[in-house]
Amino acid sequence: MSFKDISQIAGSAMAAQTVRLNTVASNLANADSVSGNENDTYRARKPVFAAVMNDGGDGAGSKVQVLDVVESAEPLRKVYEPDNPVANAEGMVFYPNVNQVAEMTDMMSASRAFETNVEVLGRIRTMQQSLLKLGEM
Amino acid sequence: MGINFKEVTGVHADALQLRSERTRILASNIANENTPGYQAKDMDFSASMAQLEATDEGGLSLLSDSDPLYRVPFHPTVDGNTVEIGVEQAAFSQNASDFQTSLTFINMKFKGLAKAINGQ
Repeated sequence: MSFKDISQIAGSAMAAQTVRLNTVASNLANADSVSGNENDTYRARKPVFAAVMNDGGDGAGSKVQVLDVVESAEPLRKVYEPDNPVANAEGMVFYPNVNQVAEMTDMMSASRAFETNVEVLGRIRTMQQSLLKLGEM
Repeated sequence: MGINFKEVTGVHADALQLRSERTRILASNIANENTPGYQAKDMDFSASMAQLEATDEGGLSLLSDSDPLYRVPFHPTVDGNTVEIGVEQAAFSQNASDFQTSLTFINMKFKGLAKAINGQ
């Protein structure tokens, strides 16, 4: 029986979605963290998911892994704010390239995927329990 | 005269084994819902069942030989992922019910045996 494998698959997906939710939280929290220097400005972070192939030899069940967390290459938002204490010599500040609407939808997608995997774990538990009760009168 | 449990449970023991194998495949489809380039898989249940029935021994070695098939998605995606979560959830739920069905059949067989042994 491969119930342990299934739990591990669902668990890996839950861990990956947690990383995704973490990046979303970090991106939203830092959406307005301005900086006077383009290199020091916060950039939106995104996790890269990949399937773990060759799991158990037959490749039928694959776990998820977070390969890396990459920074978004979108251009930063440059705003003229001479009163801002961090503004540079030209009075410009740089806003992070966080797209708040995209982050919100990403958050919904991640939490739904997490819930789906919790549901899978629950179903597997009932299947395993009924298997244990096999032959009971 | 001994009781051969393999004969008692019949086709349902094999079905149970295949169902739990399919649960694993479907769980990994659901887990990789957001993985770019992941291709959803499934097994041809009747073909795997026939293969398992063809040999008297059965066993797990046969299962790992049968290649899982790839699902054809209804809508293509930009990132190459072919998991459609609704389809997978429906298949998973159906598969779990079928698992319970096979289990119930085996249980009924055992109950019948127990009745015969007790002479009721």
